[in-house]
Amino acid sequence: MMADLIAWVLVVVIAAYACGGGTDYGAGFWDLAAGGAERGQRPRWLIDHAMAPVWEINNVWLIFVLVLMWTGFPTMFQAVFTALWLPLVLAAVGMVLRGAGFALRKPSKRLARRRVFGAVFAVASLVTPFFLGAVLGAVASGRVAVGTPASAHVWTGPTSILAGLLAVAATAFLGAVFLGADARRFGADDLVGYFRLRALLAFCAVVVLGVVAVPVTHHDARHVWHGLTHGLGLLMMLLSCLAGVVTVLLVWLRAHRWQRHTSVATLALAVLAWGFAQRPYLLPTSMTVAQGAGAAHTLRWLGLVSLIAAVLVGPALFLVYRLDTQGTLEPLTDTDTVASGLPGDDL
Amino acid sequence: MLTSALQLASGTPPQLLPSRELMAFTLASHILLVPFGVALPFITLVMHYRGLRRGDPVALKLARRWSAVMAVQFAIGVVTGTVLSFEFGLLWPGMMGRWGDVFGLGFGVEAWAFFLEAVMIAVYLYGWRRLKPWTHFWLAVPLPLAALMGAFGIVAANSWMNTPQGFRLDQQGRPVDVDVQKAVFTPMFGPEYWHFVVAMFLTAGYVVAGVYAVGWLRGRRDRYHRLGFTVPFTIAAVLSPVQFFLGDSAARSVFHKQPVKFAAMEIVWKTSTHVPEYVFGRLNSDGSISGGIRIPQLDSILAGFRPSTKVTGLTSVPAADRPTPAEATIVHFAFDIMATIGSVLVLLALWYAWVWWRHRGLPPGRWFYRCAAVAGAACLVTVECGWIATEVGRQPWIVYGNMRVSEAVTHTRAGGIWAVFGVVIVVYVAVFWSFLAVVLKMRTRWRVADETAAGLRAAVAPEVDTPYGPRGESDPAAVGAPAGGSGTGPSDRHPGGDR
Ligand code: HDD
Ligand code: HEM
Ligand code: HEM
Repeated sequence: MMADLIAWVLVVVIAAYACGGGTDYGAGFWDLAAGGAERGQRPRWLIDHAMAPVWEINNVWLIFVLVLMWTGFPTMFQAVFTALWLPLVLAAVGMVLRGAGFALRKPSKRLARRRVFGAVFAVASLVTPFFLGAVLGAVASGRVAVGTPASAHVWTGPTSILAGLLAVAATAFLGAVFLGADARRFGADDLVGYFRLRALLAFCAVVVLGVVAVPVTHHDARHVWHGLTHGLGLLMMLLSCLAGVVTVLLVWLRAHRWQRHTSVATLALAVLAWGFAQRPYLLPTSMTVAQGAGAAHTLRWLGLVSLIAAVLVGPALFLVYRLDTQGTLEPLTDTDTVASGLPGDDL
Repeated sequence: MLTSALQLASGTPPQLLPSRELMAFTLASHILLVPFGVALPFITLVMHYRGLRRGDPVALKLARRWSAVMAVQFAIGVVTGTVLSFEFGLLWPGMMGRWGDVFGLGFGVEAWAFFLEAVMIAVYLYGWRRLKPWTHFWLAVPLPLAALMGAFGIVAANSWMNTPQGFRLDQQGRPVDVDVQKAVFTPMFGPEYWHFVVAMFLTAGYVVAGVYAVGWLRGRRDRYHRLGFTVPFTIAAVLSPVQFFLGDSAARSVFHKQPVKFAAMEIVWKTSTHVPEYVFGRLNSDGSISGGIRIPQLDSILAGFRPSTKVTGLTSVPAADRPTPAEATIVHFAFDIMATIGSVLVLLALWYAWVWWRHRGLPPGRWFYRCAAVAGAACLVTVECGWIATEVGRQPWIVYGNMRVSEAVTHTRAGGIWAVFGVVIVVYVAVFWSFLAVVLKMRTRWRVADETAAGLRAAVAPEVDTPYGPRGESDPAAVGAPAGGSGTGPSDRHPGGDR
C-alpha cells in the first residue's frame, strides 16, 4: 500500500522536523529567557554558535512535510490549509521573523541592533512552534474535515491549545539538552550547569502538560486518545516516556554522552505514537489515508523521490552533523575576511 | 465548472485581488535572492579555485568575503522561500487540492535538492577555518549542481502551469491517469529552464561585478577590485549572448505553445499574417494601440521567420479566457523591457570582448564601468519583468486552460488577506532593508580594513577577532591576506578580545 507508506514517510518527516527544527526553536526559547544583554551574553553566544551551521538544514524538513502533503494527499492539504488559515499564517510569519532575526543578528555589531534582531528571533521562536503544535492538535482532535471553513473554533479547542503548549515545552526541553551538550563541546563549562537546570525545568513542564492532557483530550480528541492508550500507540508512548526519563537521569547524573540521542528519541517516539494513534485516518475521523491519497502513479514516484532523498541526504546529513559535533564547522571571523571595526560599533 | 461560471457571472471573488498581490509580492521578493542562491556559489568557487591553484591571497580573500555575504543571503532566501510554500496552501488551496498530485513532484525534487544545498552550504561556509583547503573546496563542488536541481523542480512546476499535461479529465473534471514524467517534462519546460538558469548566472555575475565597478569609479583600482570585477563580469559577459538566443527561442516556444500569451506579449489583437511589431505601446479595450514604435511585418518575421507567418490574436479566444487589455499591456511592457535590457547587455558584453581582444585588458574608460555598475540592477529588473511576462500572461488561468485563478483562490475573506498583506509588506521591507544594511556594513568594514592595511592608518583600530572561537592559524587558507597587492598589510592576527 503505497499511500500508507507515504503517510508513514510523512509522519517520520514530521518527527524529524520536530526534533531538528524543535532544537532550534528551543534554542530561541532560551535566548528569550536569557535575560539582559550583559547577563544573557554567554548563553546567547552559545546559541549562536550551536545553531548557525545547521538551522537552515533543519528547516528543510518542514518543506518536505508540505511537499509530501500536497503531492501525496492533496485534498488533506487543501482541507488543513483552508480550515487552519490563521494559525498557519502566523506560523509562516513567525518563521520569517525567526530566520531573519537570527541570520541578521550574527553579522551585526551594534548592540542596539543585535538587541532588536535577537528579540525578534526569540519571540518568533516561541510563537511558531505554538501555532504549529496547535495545527497538529486541531487535526488530531478531528476538527478539520474537507470543506471546514476557517474559524477560530477549529484551533482553539483544548487539544489544540495543549498541543501548542506542549510543542513549546518540548522544544525548550530539546533545546536545553542540546545546548548543554554543546556547552561541553565548546568548553563553556559554566553553561553546562546552566542548561542542565533548564533541561530539568522544561522536562517538568512537559510532564505537567502531558498529565493535564490525558483527561482533557479524552473527550476532545476521542479517536487519537483511544489510539494513544491502546496497542502500538500506547507502546510508543511508553517508550517515549521511558526515553524521556532516561534523558532526565542522564542530565541529572551529568552523563552527557547519550543525552542528546535519548532526548531526540523522546520526541520522535511521541510523534510516532501520534501516527499510530491516528491510523487509519489522515483527518480523524472523516478521511482515511486511502480516501485522501493522490494519484497512484504519483505516489509511486513520490516513494522513489523519498528513497533517493534518503540515500542522498542521509549521508550528507550524517556528514554535516558529524563535522558539527566534532567542532569542524566554525563561522568566518573578521580576521578571516579582513574586516575592520567602525567607530560606533560597540562590539 | 458550474461554480466557475457562476463566479464569473458575479465577477471575480473579492479575495482574488489581495491573494494575487500577496503572491506576486512575496515571489517578486524571493526571486531577487534566487540568482545568488543559484549562481553565487559557482562564482565563489571559481574565485576560490583560482586562489588555491595560484596561491593567490587576494582571490582567497574575495572568496571568503563572498561566503560571508552568502551566509546571510542564503538565510533570507530560505525563509522567504518557506513562505511561498505556505502560500500555496493558504492562497491557492483549490489548485493544490485538485492538482497537487499531478504537478507536485517537481517540488519533491526541489526539496531534496535544497537539502543537499543546505548541507553543502553549511559545510562550505563553516568549513573555512578547520577543513583542509582542498578538501574544503571539493566538498563544495557539487553545490552548483544541487542548485540547478532545485531550480529544476521549481521551473518544472511553473512550466506545467503554463502548458499542463500528463493527466486526463474524468466526467467531473477531475484529473485521472496521472503520468508523472509527462507532467514534469512539459513542452515549456526546456526553454523555460535554460533561459531561467542562464538568467540566474547572468544576474549574479553582473550584480557582483557591479559592486567592484562602483569601487573602481570611486578610485579604488587595486588588484583586489580588478579581480573582483573581472571574474564575475567575464562569466556574465560570456552568457549574455547565450541568453539572447535562449530568450529568443523561449519567445518562439511561447508563440507555439501558448499563443494567447504570445498575443499579450506582442499586443496582437486579431489573428492575421504580416503582423507588425510594437515596441512598447498600450493596448486599448477596442483593440487599437496607442503610443509605441510600429515596425511593419516584424512580429510575424520574429515568430516564424517570414512575413506571412500567421500570429494568433487575443480575440481568438473569448474575453473571459484571455488577459484583459490592461494585463496585456503590462505583459507587453515587461516583455519589451526584458528584451531591451537583454539586447543592451549583449552590447556591453561585446564592448568588453572587443577591448579584451584588442588590448588584452579591462576597458579603461569611466563609461564602461558606469554601464557595468548599472548592469546588475538592470538584470534584477529583467528577472522581475520575465516573471511578470510569464505569470500575468497566463491570466486568467492558474493552470492554463484547465483552472482559473478565481477557482483556485482561498475562501478566506478579502479583509483578512489584505491585513496579512500589510503585515507581510512591513516584515519584508524590514527584513530586506536590514539585510542590505548588514551587507553594506560588512562592505564598509572590509574597505576600512583594506585601506588601513594599505597604510592609511585611519583613526580606527583594526578589528579584533570576533570573540570566541579558536584561531585558525594552522589553516593556510585562513591566514589573513594582505590587501590591495601592497604586500605589507597586517598578516598578523589580533588575538585580543577573546573572552
Ligand atoms: C510554480 C509556481 C510559480 C512560480 C515558479 C512563479 N509563480 Fe507567479 N504565480 C503563481 C505561481 C508561480 C501562482 C500561484 O499560480 C499565481 C497566482 C495567480 C496566478 O495566476 O498565478 C502567480 C501570480 C503571479 C503574479 C500576479 C499575476 C497577476 O497579475 O494576476 C505575478 C506578478 C507573479 N506571479 C510573479 C512571479 C514572479 C516574480 C516569479 C518569480 C519567482 C513567479 N511569479 C514564479
Ligand atoms: C512558487 C515558487 C517558489 C517556491 C514555493 C519556493 C520555495 C522555496 C523554499 C521553500 C525555499 C527554502 C528552501 C530551504 O529551506 O533551503 C526556497 C529557497 C530557494 N529558492 Fe525558492 N521557491 C519558489 C520560487 C523560486 C524560484 C523561481 C527559484 C529559482 C530557481 C527558486 C530558487 C530557490 C533557491 C536557489 C533557494 C535556496 C535559498 C537561496 O539560496 O536563496 N525559488 N524556495
Ligand atoms: C533579448 C533577450 C530576452 C528575450 C527575448 C527573453 C524572452 C523571454 C520570454 C519569452 C519569457 C517568457 C517565457 C514564458 O512565458 O514561459 C521570458 C521569461 C523570463 N526571462 Fe527572459 N528574455 C530575454 C532576456 C532575459 C534576461 C537578460 C534575463 C535576466 C537576466 C531574463 C530573465 C527572465 C526570467 C527570469 C524569466 C521567467 C522565467 C521563464 O519563464 O523563463 N530574460 N523571457
